[in-house]
Amino acid sequence: MNTRRLILLGFVAVLALLPLLNLLPEEHPLHVSDFLVSIIGKWICYAILALALDLAWGYAGILSLGHGAFFALGGYAIGMHLMRLIGPRGVYGHPVLPDFMVFLGYTELPWYWLGFDWFIFAFAMALIVPGLLAGIVGYLAFRSRITGVYLSIITQALTYALMLAFFRNDMGFGGNNGFTDFKELLGMPLNSGHTRAILFYASLASLVAVFLACGALTRTKYGRVLTAIRDAESRVRFLGYDTTRHKLFVFVLSAMIAGLAGALYVPQVGIINPGEFSPGNSIEAVVWVAFGGRGTLVGAVLGAFSVNALKTWLTSVAPDLWLIVLGCLFIAVPLLLPKGLIGLIRRRGETKP
Amino acid sequence: MNAVALPDGDSTTGLYLDGVSVVFDGFRALNNLSLIVEPGELRAVIGPNGAGKTTMMDVITGKTRPGAGIVRFGGRDLTRMDEAAIANLGIGRKFQKPTVFDALTVFENLELALKAPRGPIACLRWVLRGEARTRIERTMAEIGLTERAHDLSGLLSHGQRQWLEIGMLLMQDPQLLLVDEPVAGMTDHETEQTAELLVGIAGTRSVVVVEHDLEFVKALGSRVTVLHEGSVLSEGSITHVQNDPRVIEVYLGR
Amino acid sequence: MLRVAILLAGVTLFLSPARAQDFDALLPGLAGGFAQQAETVERLGALGDPRAIPLLQALADARLLRLADGRIAPQEGATPAEGATVIRINNRVRVALRGALGRLQLVSPDPAERLRAADAILRNRSAEDIPLLEAALTRESRADIRARMELALGGARLASPDAAAKRAGIAALGASASPEARNLLLAARAANAELLPEIEAAVAAIDRRLQMRRAAETFFQGLSLGSVLLLAALGLAVTFGVMGVINMAHGEFVMIGAYVTVVVQEVCRDIPALQPYSLPLAIPAAFLVTAAIGAAMERGLIRHLYGRPLETLLLTFGVGMVLQQIVRLVFGAQNREVISPDWMMGTLILPGGIAITQNRAWIILFSIAVLLATLAAIRLTRFGLEMRAVVQNRRIAATMGIRTGRVDAMTFAFGSGIAGLAGVALSQIDNVSPNLGTGYIIDSFMVVVFGGVGSLAGTLIGAFTLGLVSKVLEPYAGVVLAKVFLLVGIMLFIQRRPKGLFALKGRAADQ
Repeated sequence: MNTRRLILLGFVAVLALLPLLNLLPEEHPLHVSDFLVSIIGKWICYAILALALDLAWGYAGILSLGHGAFFALGGYAIGMHLMRLIGPRGVYGHPVLPDFMVFLGYTELPWYWLGFDWFIFAFAMALIVPGLLAGIVGYLAFRSRITGVYLSIITQALTYALMLAFFRNDMGFGGNNGFTDFKELLGMPLNSGHTRAILFYASLASLVAVFLACGALTRTKYGRVLTAIRDAESRVRFLGYDTTRHKLFVFVLSAMIAGLAGALYVPQVGIINPGEFSPGNSIEAVVWVAFGGRGTLVGAVLGAFSVNALKTWLTSVAPDLWLIVLGCLFIAVPLLLPKGLIGLIRRRGETKP
Repeated sequence: MNAVALPDGDSTTGLYLDGVSVVFDGFRALNNLSLIVEPGELRAVIGPNGAGKTTMMDVITGKTRPGAGIVRFGGRDLTRMDEAAIANLGIGRKFQKPTVFDALTVFENLELALKAPRGPIACLRWVLRGEARTRIERTMAEIGLTERAHDLSGLLSHGQRQWLEIGMLLMQDPQLLLVDEPVAGMTDHETEQTAELLVGIAGTRSVVVVEHDLEFVKALGSRVTVLHEGSVLSEGSITHVQNDPRVIEVYLGR
Repeated sequence: MLRVAILLAGVTLFLSPARAQDFDALLPGLAGGFAQQAETVERLGALGDPRAIPLLQALADARLLRLADGRIAPQEGATPAEGATVIRINNRVRVALRGALGRLQLVSPDPAERLRAADAILRNRSAEDIPLLEAALTRESRADIRARMELALGGARLASPDAAAKRAGIAALGASASPEARNLLLAARAANAELLPEIEAAVAAIDRRLQMRRAAETFFQGLSLGSVLLLAALGLAVTFGVMGVINMAHGEFVMIGAYVTVVVQEVCRDIPALQPYSLPLAIPAAFLVTAAIGAAMERGLIRHLYGRPLETLLLTFGVGMVLQQIVRLVFGAQNREVISPDWMMGTLILPGGIAITQNRAWIILFSIAVLLATLAAIRLTRFGLEMRAVVQNRRIAATMGIRTGRVDAMTFAFGSGIAGLAGVALSQIDNVSPNLGTGYIIDSFMVVVFGGVGSLAGTLIGAFTLGLVSKVLEPYAGVVLAKVFLLVGIMLFIQRRPKGLFALKGRAADQ
């Protein structure tokens, strides 16, 4: 138990060092490139998304194939704030309207853009909107006892429909191109290394906080109710638990965490477009969790980092192979690694001594 | 066709079923079934396969909605409530196939069943206090699983799982226990103990036991209801039903 | 070319012998003085004999010759034949030629030219054209050109000073279902105040007919989309409904079916004898290829995961990804061209002017045929019987001597083969690209969920309901919003009937 904690602490410490090492002069042997810092910053956001998915799938058995939608909605909410902050610095120089609105002939800001000039409002929306959507979809689905693969299909259809909707110009979210060319956040220019480091630390702190919170949650009686629902939902109902409410609670919470991950992600990558809603993204997140080991929080984080490391490496050396390898991961994990990497490590640990 | 008089008992206390019918794709699983179980009564329900025993349990616990008929418990209409609400009303059920939560320990299984606020927030804030812990420990002793308190219940033997499930039923503190084939797969000794346990429980609460094992039913010494083709064929003491020629024909005679 | 010749023969046959004689008698006049030339040209134009067209055209181009023997013929080759003289004309004859050629085009053997002539008359409608059009209409056999001429005739009558002719024009236009006729009538309102009630009534009649036609066309489009959904969902209903296995690679099986069509077509291109049959040959080929892949996937992978639906879902998704990427690497990411056979091309105009694209009509028939074949396979064959037995009770089926493993593999192969058939059909109306299947898979899942798992009748009704509803919604909400509405609608529908339209009931449904 203690070694496990030490390993985790060490992991966080190494991550925390990266932006500092980035400040070293380039010829220094310990210098870490901008690329590495920014890509690990992305992975941290993915790890938060993986935790969100693991909470719903690994603990409560709700396999959502639409968590990418919650992630993207969180990203869009912050993206709207970043667009508002561009102000008159856009190509068209309009004092209020973002470039794409000027281009599309908007004369004033749509009502649903009001308030997004405040960071706090946008940040709250990044959590509330995914939570609300999950609440509505979850309520309809859980109430009518849509479970298992049915639920997976419904959530996939959800993100697919959102993708189509966000591709439309008249939605007022920049259509095809989404949002980009951000300038600043909270008064800090986004292109400076300093800001990148701050965003990196904000993501890392969020990852740690979400990890600890999820850990605490799973150790309560509520966590055990979720496990029980995952394994035998109707039995839990006969014990007098209204499983609809329990599942709804965890689904909404999970969607909000996914929204948080998206909100941290967008300022770091500098772009958000409807492609983030594509069903493939959500599915990829599922493979992180499955590969790392679902039902364990460490597994989710480990999966997000390892699969993305593999992806980054493969897409640079053999881009054509990446999709095949990813597909093979989907095939191999359920057959050969049902408990993921963590299961493998634990089995090793048990047989050794 | 039904020689048993329709129950005209009180519909405000105990379990009260009247004229209940359930049809699955043309097959009449329950056919105008009527049954009254008084508060504190122990009742055995027997019948051949397909007689409607499990469907009757499903109707009472809200798993299946009847096409027609009255289902009441303590005067409340059960046909309008879902499983969780019915369970919270004080009706506990033990399934034919023992279903305990394999990924949780024996202690956690019992803690989950323990009567307490059931909402998500309440569960998040739940802290196990002394009194509740004592109750769980007492029940564990009762079902003989104290030593295995912190083992995953997936590791228990079949008989132990049956007992754990009965323990979970007790933790719910129900007013009515529906027990489906509790002694299937148990040794003779365990069967005896189970009969004692159920007899002990009855008196303060109603117990309905569905069983195939006639020796066990005799050991209960309770009133017996015989179901056949979805309705009550005979009802009375064990000697009464054993001597009923219709019962002999459809069930015992085989 | 052949068709033109036949038409020409038809047109010639139509002409009475007297007219033919007139024609021959008139010809020498073309070589007379300018006044006689102009008169002859006008008379030839009024005669309406298509044989005059090349002669008049040659006259206008200064290529008409009087041969040494006195006959008149167009010049062939670069220089006039020996002893022949070019017939000259003046401006008066030129004016007469323009008018005559314009009229004669209405009876030209070339349908495109006749259509152009009718269009020209429609543009500058004048009462003078009425007899011409009436004459041309008696000969015209093509429906689309007739419609055009009738429209022009109606317009010309409307422009006539005679009130009776106007009434006839309004009535004729009002009997059509053309937006152009409606515009003509609307434009005529100002000049014909006394006929306003008739015009309004005619416009209203056209509107009614247009609305009916739009409704019929929407209905057809809905049927067409429904048939595509049916094809895509049918295989899914077998694997998902009957076997309880969710096959996320189903869309890729459809895509592979389309690529098999491409390959078969390319093979047939090299063998002239097979060329016309490439599409019929692609049907069994696609079925067998996808069925083989399906069987391999079931035996090799899915078999190990029965009872774990979520893992199966992920695994089949992975298979789909790999298949899609392999196809992309082998065939390239760009669209592949599939040439439809002649008998599938073109548009069918039904009575009432309802336009139906032939290939879509064929796909509707094909989907129904596949449904019936599936039904027959399940209801009538030994394999279907064994399959139903395994679905109802696997253990008892096994004790009866049914090899359940083999039945599983065959069922899966069967469902996958149907996906391949869907691919053949889709190759005719959609771009064949590696992500062909992705666009259909979610919709077909919706069909299965909506129709009820395990019910072919549910799949049929689900597919056509979804197809019709989305086509009805699309004009009002746009394609995307229609999809979103449909999705929300299905979610709400499942609230009322969680197991779809045709639900299994009873104990079996709980498993």
